[in-house]
Amino acid sequence: MIKSLKEISCGQTVTVVKLHGDGALRRRILDMGITKGAKIYVRKVAPLGDPMELTVRGYELTIRKSDAELIEVN
Amino acid sequence: MEIRLALAGNPNTGKTTLFNALTGSTQHVGNWPGVTVEKKDGRLKSDKSVIIEDLPGIYSLSPYTAEEIVSRNYIIHDKPDAILNIVDATNLERNLYLSTQLIEVGIPVVIALNMMDVIRKNGDQINTKKLGDMLGCEVVEISALKGDGIQDAVKKAIAVAKSKKEVVLKQKFSDEIEAVIEKISGIITGKADSRSLRWYAVKLFERDEEIQQDLHLHSSDLGKIENLVASCEETADDDSESIITGERYAWIASVTEKCIHKKDTSGMTTSDKIDRIVTHRILALPIFAMIMFLVYFISISTVGTMATDWVNDVLFGEIVPTYLGGALENLGLADWLYGLIMDGIVGGVGAVLGFLPQMLVLFICLAILEDCGYMARIAFVLDRIFRKFGLSGKSFIPMLVSTGCGVPGIMASRTIESDNDRRMTIMTTTFIPCGAKLPIIALIAGAFFPDQVWIGPSAYFLGIVCVIISGIILKKTKLFAGDPAPFVIELPAYHLPGVGNVLRTMLDRGLAFIKKATSIVLVSTVLIWFLQSFNLRFEMVDAEESMLAGIGKSIAPIFAPLGFGDWKAAVASLTGLIAKENLVGTFGVLYGFEEVAEDGEELWATLGSAYTPVAAYAMMAFNLLCVPCFAAVGALRREMMSGKMTWFAVGYQCALAYIVSLMIYQFGTLLTTGAFSIGTVFAIVCLLFVIYLLFIKKAYSPEKKPKLTLERA
Repeated sequence: MIKSLKEISCGQTVTVVKLHGDGALRRRILDMGITKGAKIYVRKVAPLGDPMELTVRGYELTIRKSDAELIEVN
Repeated sequence: MEIRLALAGNPNTGKTTLFNALTGSTQHVGNWPGVTVEKKDGRLKSDKSVIIEDLPGIYSLSPYTAEEIVSRNYIIHDKPDAILNIVDATNLERNLYLSTQLIEVGIPVVIALNMMDVIRKNGDQINTKKLGDMLGCEVVEISALKGDGIQDAVKKAIAVAKSKKEVVLKQKFSDEIEAVIEKISGIITGKADSRSLRWYAVKLFERDEEIQQDLHLHSSDLGKIENLVASCEETADDDSESIITGERYAWIASVTEKCIHKKDTSGMTTSDKIDRIVTHRILALPIFAMIMFLVYFISISTVGTMATDWVNDVLFGEIVPTYLGGALENLGLADWLYGLIMDGIVGGVGAVLGFLPQMLVLFICLAILEDCGYMARIAFVLDRIFRKFGLSGKSFIPMLVSTGCGVPGIMASRTIESDNDRRMTIMTTTFIPCGAKLPIIALIAGAFFPDQVWIGPSAYFLGIVCVIISGIILKKTKLFAGDPAPFVIELPAYHLPGVGNVLRTMLDRGLAFIKKATSIVLVSTVLIWFLQSFNLRFEMVDAEESMLAGIGKSIAPIFAPLGFGDWKAAVASLTGLIAKENLVGTFGVLYGFEEVAEDGEELWATLGSAYTPVAAYAMMAFNLLCVPCFAAVGALRREMMSGKMTWFAVGYQCALAYIVSLMIYQFGTLLTTGAFSIGTVFAIVCLLFVIYLLFIKKAYSPEKKPKLTLERA
């Protein structure tokens, strides 16, 4: 089932299906290694519910939920 | 012959440590005008003919952030002789993503594999020989922190620079993409540097606008390229940037798979365990509050204050005046020269340098928090709150520090990577009342609002409200619109702070502050002293007959709508620019008191009859919010790295102070006396305007990313 990364809860691993958005934002997300087929593990969510910390391509990356919304996963 | 080596790599890979180890203390900081990007260069310690350029930390050679543009323009236009690419071995995939792009440019690259000690400690293995063979460049293991292998890495880099050997990235895209890149290469042959042809072709495939303009391609060529790219995109059902990025990462994954042997890492690392507590859902905020209290307690309340009090009261209060003053008297200097040195220079610069010990203690605390990795967690925990006001999670530290002194507060904003967030923080952080503004609050509270405890807290509340309102309004303006950079922070592994790193950070910031105190602050204090001591015929006079009083009288009407339109208040506000607490002393002088206590107790009765309480509160609000002291403006100028932004910041602060003060006075008067005047109308208009700005969706929407012009000074 296809969801946005924003909806994934802690401790789950998902695969990137598609990336929305455009320009600098989208490119930055791509550059950080979130490309089609990449595996993302949701490590933790900040105490106030945002941002979220991910493990992607062997390193830890923190992104905001508004950005995570652009990432379609399953 | 000089050899230029460019040091490139991801942020936080130990680039600066390596740079400092290679160049020693010879580096100087230069910056490109227009963008807040620092590029450092220095000469190799062991061989002065080798220049090392430290490029900003970047993730990619894409054309979006200022750092990326600076770095790639340097690499493709200035063409260093070789690139020393520092790579974090613990984070190989993402680091090699940049490496593949660097190698593609065609300039010889040597990869310095940093943090190998961590890899070994984890029990992992990296086959560097194989990695080098697969990438097509040399790979050297180093430890920038311990200095291991760095000479070897530089030697190899110099060797490849001298050999001028062509380098070819061994990565190949899928056949279809390769065919298209081949065709694009054909189209641009002769129009771009032959060495970097493939890099240009890939960039054109990605529709990189900067490169399209750089190469001055004919529109028919651009059309041909566009057709090729579009057909590729159709087949792949994806856009060209995604195709390239995806294939690059896929190839890197295949390389690392063959070169790294990872021990099974199912257990939690120490960092994970610490983070479980430190970023815990419930515990995170209390822990954060405790740590902040500790930092504040050590630097502002106890150790730092003791040192600062000593400098202010003993060093600049007794020792310097006694000895220097005595020496000057013995020399029999003219009165004015004596006054200039003692009242102008010693008084003014001393007032600023007095904060130095406090700041050094604070800088140590902050450097420790930064170095051990906690600072990144603060951003993680607090980002959600601060983002609402156009600030970042990291803005908290500057705000906290500013309750002590705005100068280190502004300087503490340096840890905020995003340009917009940093500028916004710098502009708004001095709205928080600093230590030097406390006497003003004490004076107004004592003279006009005896036994009313809410005055002090209300000043802080006013400051916080102004930060929030400014954040909301300013982030809608063109200056702060910028590119929507995603919030990307890495939570680095915790480690014990290095003494060297902490001291270096403290010294860097301390020295920057001293430099400022001896330049801009010196000039400004001497100017104010001069205006305050002389009349237009250049005779030495008392303050009330001086040029400053003249200026005060001419600008006083501006403050009439705020309720304090007499020249004494205007002059007091002006002298507050040297140090805010001067305001109290100036009132003392202007009302003919020999000496007043810090809270101006002697003045209370006189002042109480000169202004209404509402006017006094408006005056206080104005002085708390308008331009901070010269020292803080100097810090602001330095951190903004742009004269235009500095003037904008100062102008904004004045305008906001004026509007807030106007509203306080006019609405206050309306409520207390029922008097309605033309001023009240203005205040209503201002209020409506502020409300309008707060609630409009967006005054400015970025249509296209702002064009960056990068010229070297």
